[in-house]
Amino acid sequence: MNYSQQTINELKRKAIQVRSNILEMIPPGKVGHLGGSSSIADVMAALYFHTMKVNGSDPKNPLRDRLIMSKGHAVLVQYACLVELGYFPREELSKVKTFNGMLQGHPDMDRTPGIEAVTGSLGQGLSVSLGLALGLRLDHSSSRVYTILGDGELAEGQVWEAVMAAPDFKVNNLTAIVDWNGVQATSTTKEIFPIENLEEKWKAFGWNVLVIDGHDMVQILDALDRAKTYTEGPSVILAHTVKGKCFPFAEGKAKYHNASMTEEEYQTAWSCIEKMKREVEA
Amino acid sequence: MRTSDSLRKTYGETLVELGKDNKDIVMLEADLGNSTMSSLFGNAYPERYFQMGIAEQNMASVAAGLALAGKVPFINSFAVFATGRAYDQIRSSVAIANLNVKICGSSAGLSDYGDGKTHQSIDDIALMQVLPHMTVLSPCDAVESEMMTKAMVNEKGPMYLRINRNDLKIVTDPQAEYHIGKMTEMVQGNDVVVFATGIMVQQSMEAAKLLEKENISVRVVNVSTIKPLDVEALQMYCEGVKAVVTAEEHSVIGGLGSAICSALSQKRLPIGIVGIEDTFGTSAENYSILLKHFGLEAEDVAKKVRSVLSVR
Repeated sequence: MNYSQQTINELKRKAIQVRSNILEMIPPGKVGHLGGSSSIADVMAALYFHTMKVNGSDPKNPLRDRLIMSKGHAVLVQYACLVELGYFPREELSKVKTFNGMLQGHPDMDRTPGIEAVTGSLGQGLSVSLGLALGLRLDHSSSRVYTILGDGELAEGQVWEAVMAAPDFKVNNLTAIVDWNGVQATSTTKEIFPIENLEEKWKAFGWNVLVIDGHDMVQILDALDRAKTYTEGPSVILAHTVKGKCFPFAEGKAKYHNASMTEEEYQTAWSCIEKMKREVEA
Repeated sequence: MRTSDSLRKTYGETLVELGKDNKDIVMLEADLGNSTMSSLFGNAYPERYFQMGIAEQNMASVAAGLALAGKVPFINSFAVFATGRAYDQIRSSVAIANLNVKICGSSAGLSDYGDGKTHQSIDDIALMQVLPHMTVLSPCDAVESEMMTKAMVNEKGPMYLRINRNDLKIVTDPQAEYHIGKMTEMVQGNDVVVFATGIMVQQSMEAAKLLEKENISVRVVNVSTIKPLDVEALQMYCEGVKAVVTAEEHSVIGGLGSAICSALSQKRLPIGIVGIEDTFGTSAENYSILLKHFGLEAEDVAKKVRSVLSVR
């Protein structure tokens, strides 16, 4: 499909803003999941600011699309999007993971507007999404369900229970997205628990599989649109990404899965944001 | 309308009846539908019946999603699998989120006598009652099975229903009003109070008869809601008695006995627990053999009453 340069640039700006919100949440001394939040930031920007029907001032609108963060530890990127849409005040960002804040360490639907389910114990989000998709279908709703999975998370057996089940129920209102960054908590997925032939695996279970560069906005929008128009069953977008994307000191490194940045790294990160802004405007 | 003394058949038939008007009720099954009797619902409303295959973890989280969409999902399996196999899914996807998911643990306790220890649940009450938000229901007969199933649909929140596989004698009054949390005095007495649940209600009523001949007056109370426990009623039924006995077809650890000990910890009353002593089940040719072997007969309750009365 064709997207105007204006749309693409606007979404690129949003993705930069999302990454800068992530930085705002985890200044030096505060531990947070930088790596897995920034790897999926471009996809999340496309979802929240283009593809999904959502409204920050009406979080419970029954007609909304739903996003379930199955890799709940990367919820910083979701907060970074939700705040832009006005789901909660900006001051909450600095209070993330504090006793009085609205933003918990993992997604908590009771505390945070815009969070659709409780996730964090890995491997459950796709199943929850399947249930939501089935429920919405019973109501003849046009709402869609999006699920973000980590590639390390795919080691959880329950993911594959859901992968097997969803095509059986022919849910075409469900899109799964795998943040295929190749790095998990302590090392690469190749070293920890390699899952080969990912594309073939999802295909064999009956999914419509779309493989993309998860940092290319055109490819992201195109895949999301293709998933939307596919009517035979569920779609999965396998998004090749880089853990810690846009922050060179963190890119591809397990160390920044959940870490705090040094003062120097933090400054570097902000200069990366500034550089990206200049590039988009040029 | 109840058609038999089977708790599980009554459960299934009640949901068929409720499902006629309440289109939000949906059922999920992990290939044990002819045992759990969820298949009755499947026959009546195939579009609202989800056969999830032998994948209890997925089933529990899918139910969470259905609840998020406003449905009233019932998940069905044997009690061991419904609670143990899907424990983290119930904890994380369902209980933390306080979702309106109903869990039916069928063939609970030792009632699946032939299948042995892997299929007999001695720990399901413990697993479910420790979860915040969770309601734990344990019917003693088909009348309660019907009343509870209706209440589960009418009241919101995650709930666990523990169902015996075998037909049990009707001991409760079908005309009596029911609500979740209700505790019912089945036999009046004033020496000892026995708080019983499930099949142990009828055993305890039998024990009261045995003890009457020895001039020991036993009050029997049916505690069919294990959580939330009505502590006020519990204390009221303890008034005037010399000792307390609890009786359940479950491990003595973490079940009704534990809950009551904890609730009565400020009372100066001896408490004896009748239950399965920290051990797994076993196969047998019938249910009675197991009840005898694990000390769950009327005489076992009577013995415990005599023993707590001798505590000074």
